Amino acid sequence: MPEQIPEKKLPLFTEAVAAGFPSPATDFCEARLDLNELCVKHPAATYFVRAQGDSMIEAGIFPGDVLIVDRSLTAKHGDIVIAALNGELTVKKLETKPKSRLVPMNSKYAPIDIPENSDIEIFGVATTVVHSLKNL
Amino acid sequence: MKPLFALVDCNNFYASCERLFDPSLKNKPIIVLSNNDGCVVARSQEAKALGIKMAVPAFQVADLVKKHNIKVYSSNYALYGDISSRVMATLESMVPELEVYSIDEAFLNLSGLHLNSSLAAYGRQIRQRIQKHIGVPVCVGIAPTKTLAKLANYAAKKYPATGGVVDLTDPERQKRLLELTPINEVWGVGRKSAEKLKRLGIENVLQLAQMEKVRAEKLFSILMAKTIDELNGNARFSFDDAPIPKKQLMCSRSFAEKMTLYPPLRETICEFSAKVAERLRSDQMLCRVVNVFVRTSMYCPGEPTYSNSATARLSVPTADTVTIMKTATELFDSIWKDGCRYAKTGVMLSDLCAKDQLQFDLFESTSGKEHQEKLMAAIDQINQKGNKKIWFGSQRPKENWFMRQAHLSKAYTTRWEDLPEVT
Repeated sequence: MPEQIPEKKLPLFTEAVAAGFPSPATDFCEARLDLNELCVKHPAATYFVRAQGDSMIEAGIFPGDVLIVDRSLTAKHGDIVIAALNGELTVKKLETKPKSRLVPMNSKYAPIDIPENSDIEIFGVATTVVHSLKNL
Repeated sequence: MKPLFALVDCNNFYASCERLFDPSLKNKPIIVLSNNDGCVVARSQEAKALGIKMAVPAFQVADLVKKHNIKVYSSNYALYGDISSRVMATLESMVPELEVYSIDEAFLNLSGLHLNSSLAAYGRQIRQRIQKHIGVPVCVGIAPTKTLAKLANYAAKKYPATGGVVDLTDPERQKRLLELTPINEVWGVGRKSAEKLKRLGIENVLQLAQMEKVRAEKLFSILMAKTIDELNGNARFSFDDAPIPKKQLMCSRSFAEKMTLYPPLRETICEFSAKVAERLRSDQMLCRVVNVFVRTSMYCPGEPTYSNSATARLSVPTADTVTIMKTATELFDSIWKDGCRYAKTGVMLSDLCAKDQLQFDLFESTSGKEHQEKLMAAIDQINQKGNKKIWFGSQRPKENWFMRQAHLSKAYTTRWEDLPEVT
């Protein structure tokens, strides 16, 4: 014979109840650290891309790494940039002196000159590389 | 404070989004198709030049596509929704008041703004910043009324010599442009009204602006009278007040007190879903795409910034509050992050169609909505399986219809597995 489980009516809260205890630290509470704050300074102008190939391993960028690219920055000499070259997106170091060129960071590859009126476009500046040590 | 508006509008938005991560598409003809309808919903300039018109059924242009190697894409709402939210976030950081009008258009309230430069220079600043920060080209039209701002934007697009920015505050300049512009370009003047106006001898916008308002109200509506006022420089449509049926419907709110907790924020999404669904029903329309966005404040230095949006495509167009709310809350859950002080959330419905345009007549039955839903689900299932497909009305395509080659580009900015690759 099935047992009767006694019922008890519980009050339903109609207002949001703050979880946790009232803490003396409430006024001093800080938001937990967030990687977005560390890596993404301009969310609307920030895109993520994935590196392939070995052309930038000497810069610490390995195949499969995620690059955080900020389009709001103006690319300067020495910056790692994402550029549109021959219809594809590529990641290289930008040099503007003594002449403009895109430089791979791997001795296997040769630098690419950027002629005066070339249609090479800079997509954005890579500010951070996310290299995973484990397959997530 | 004299009213001053800007209309910022992205050029060939969907096509521009497709170009963003595929540089090989630069200067190439591209068209974007609407999935279910199989119609052209966007074209790059090069595709326009080849004679592809807006809203043509895809199979009608199959020959042109083959001949000129035109690249074809299916609508990638995940991508377009994200790029759109970036454009709007950037505009919001430049002006205190923004009214998002559609996925690629927004009105800016410039009234009372103290500018260090001319209006045209300010417009160019907006254009340059969006191009640099996000990567899509936009045009800017500035004028004392919303209707004139829309016309200024049209001129900015049509006349390349303007450099994509038109300041239409000068009455003389207004007159010159109005005289050159056909009436169907006026915001709120649809095809039927345009035909009726032409029969009355009104063909260019200047003639419309000179029409007697009382007569206009009698022959058309109070909206037409207000439009005439607007064309003459008197603002009748104020901010966040657009009586003309929109291409998208949005409900959003900026919070005076930043919000951090999940339950009240989720509540805002429910509230906006209900509001926007109600507006949809009162406009006698249905939607197919739901987008939800959240962002922290743009003005608090030192605080973590977070801005995100999520989009979903419904299999059946709907104006049902429950469906929209369920979808919106699921989308919200996917982008909600703890620890942020949110300043704004919103729900946007797009890919709208009029309720009476939906061709369910052949299958109409007395069991109503549930039957329709079952029917739609069955049709979707059949269409996903074999080669024979079920189409509505006049959609039947040719056997070797090229659309089978059309593909969806990757969700470059919303899925980790779809990130653009760089070598």
